[in-house]
Amino acid sequence: MVLAAVLLVPVVASLLTLAMGTQHRRGLLTVLAMASVLALSLAAARSTLAKDQISTAGGWLACDGLGALILVLVAFVSFTAALFSAGYLAQRHPHEESGWHSAYYPLFNLFVASMLAVPLMANVALLWVALELTTLLSAFLVGFEATPEALEAAWKYALLTTLGAIIALLGVLILYWGTRVAGKEVFTWNELITDAPAMPPALIWPAFLLILIGFGTKVGLVPMHTWLPDAHSQAPAPICALLSGVETSTALYVILRLYAVLSRVPGSEAEPWFLVFGVLSVGVATILLVQVRDYKRMFAFSTVEHMGIILLAVGLGSADARFAAAYQITAHALAKSFCFFASGIVVLVLGEQRIAAVHGLARRAPIAAVPLIAGALAITGMPPSAIFASELLILKAGLARGEYLVTGFLALFIVVGFAAIMRHATRMSFGAGPLGRWPGVVPGTCLAALAITAAPLVILGLSMPTALVGLLQLAGTAMGR
Amino acid sequence: MTAMLGTSSLLSIEALTGGVFLLTALGTVAARQLLACFRLFVLQSFLLSVSAALLGVALHSPHLLAVAAITLATKTMLIPWLLRRTVHDEVYRIREIDQVLNIPSSLLLALALTGAAYVFTDSLGAVGVPAYSFVNLPIGIATLLLGAFTLTVRREAVAQLLALLVAENGVFFAGITIVPDLPAIAELAAAVDIPVYTLVIGLLTRRIHSEIGTTMVGRLVALKEE
Repeated sequence: MVLAAVLLVPVVASLLTLAMGTQHRRGLLTVLAMASVLALSLAAARSTLAKDQISTAGGWLACDGLGALILVLVAFVSFTAALFSAGYLAQRHPHEESGWHSAYYPLFNLFVASMLAVPLMANVALLWVALELTTLLSAFLVGFEATPEALEAAWKYALLTTLGAIIALLGVLILYWGTRVAGKEVFTWNELITDAPAMPPALIWPAFLLILIGFGTKVGLVPMHTWLPDAHSQAPAPICALLSGVETSTALYVILRLYAVLSRVPGSEAEPWFLVFGVLSVGVATILLVQVRDYKRMFAFSTVEHMGIILLAVGLGSADARFAAAYQITAHALAKSFCFFASGIVVLVLGEQRIAAVHGLARRAPIAAVPLIAGALAITGMPPSAIFASELLILKAGLARGEYLVTGFLALFIVVGFAAIMRHATRMSFGAGPLGRWPGVVPGTCLAALAITAAPLVILGLSMPTALVGLLQLAGTAMGR
Repeated sequence: MTAMLGTSSLLSIEALTGGVFLLTALGTVAARQLLACFRLFVLQSFLLSVSAALLGVALHSPHLLAVAAITLATKTMLIPWLLRRTVHDEVYRIREIDQVLNIPSSLLLALALTGAAYVFTDSLGAVGVPAYSFVNLPIGIATLLLGAFTLTVRREAVAQLLALLVAENGVFFAGITIVPDLPAIAELAAAVDIPVYTLVIGLLTRRIHSEIGTTMVGRLVALKEE
């Protein structure tokens, strides 16, 4: 019941916002809707924790540990992003209420609904549809600012991730062929996992590679990442938080599920693929981080880096590493949405995205500089950020598995990434600025979104509540053999 | 119809349809006029529908007949109509699509990709593939590769969208033989999905055209690494 309600609330909210006349009301309704989605998701996670797996609607909707984790993260970031949107849009586009701008909240709600649907779809073919819808419903949000850059970014995003989805579709169809050869008809993740040993490896392997490349495009894995820094830097800040914080993880979710299927095929080794794509993404993203010239782009490249870290962690192949990967997904969703909220405030203050154009932000507007520095510290893994704890767990798991080379590279790239992001952030914040104090006021809802995100980010870095440990363990089990 | 023609002759006609289907895919690689690409896509979609119908009759699968009907409705009618509505007329008058690679080298690469698709399908031989899959599977995969390739080399928005739709046709052409009984709900959902993305990308093109005055996305260079 609760699973169906989670999807229904944003769809109804979308219709209602469509009927409303002012941006203020649409924003308020969206915040309320997202708050109830968050409450429902937490309820779903609680019953998943009690029963290991829940399902509804005749088995079409289902939720296990990994699904519940993604569901809660999507709901959380959607709530904070809705809150941030209210103040951000009012300040940045104060008198634009109709036409292109009135579509923002209806699309926002539908986009959230499609992301929530991904972890809940039991049928793999329907999961494909849900994931493709996340692209289509967010394409206009990416191009929302309607500048040539934003439209180019939206175009690249829609075109390349749809091409990826089409490649993945062939993989999904071949996977279904495999279940038919194994003599089954139901095409759900649970069935796939039980049938995997009976499926011909000659079918599972091409299916896996097609889906890895296809949905890997949407995750932003190198070398299919080229669209990501554009889309994740040109969208309005709250949309960036959703795209980078959770949308990438919903696509990664499918690849992680497939890992669980593959690990049950006798004699198959999926780990090397995960390690290679993981190290490649972390490495290339780190190099790009050093030379980046736009601070939103900087956080986008950091997303590519973190997706690589998660993939690499799963590729280490131990239960500890999978737990750490689930932890990293959680920490990244929180830290990255915080970073984009912070950069949204900098945009409100300066209306400028080039790093070189920003000096002395700490003096001009401390209200923007403090979150920016805090976000940079949090995402690069400075304690007490949860990223520090999760990355430490991954490095430990790597050493325990004897993967010294991979772990060494990972440690090196994390350090270089830290130096690069901190150099850019300090350059923007300190030193003498050309202008005096910023006269404006940052909207209250934007600050509230920052505070609500910061709290769990720090708390989870210091100590983890038992409920979360249980959920992460359940998620880790869902990924493994 | 089965009584009149017999299953084997239906499958021969299906194989012939497959041959022409592959030719339309190669045609979109070679065509320089946008309108020609557009017509080749519609023809190709029609052939996809014919192939599904023939297989549906030969294999007594009402499911494939439904696929044929859905394809006919969405890809030969709804999508062309949507494309005509959303994309500015003058775009269709483009006679020379801007392309990174010249046509002869494109065709040479296209042939290599087609060969690769056949090699890939050979590796699936151990699974016990029925004969008609050996027609559709390599042709479908080749078309997917050709579509992806065309999308990468073209620098015009509408031509890229058409390449995407060609790639999608390829996946379905392969799909109808390897999963002739995909759950109907998934089929329907996919049928809704395709017009939606045509609409979304078409509207984006229109917006780009009105804001920037061109759909030559290859000239959009605002975003790149220095």
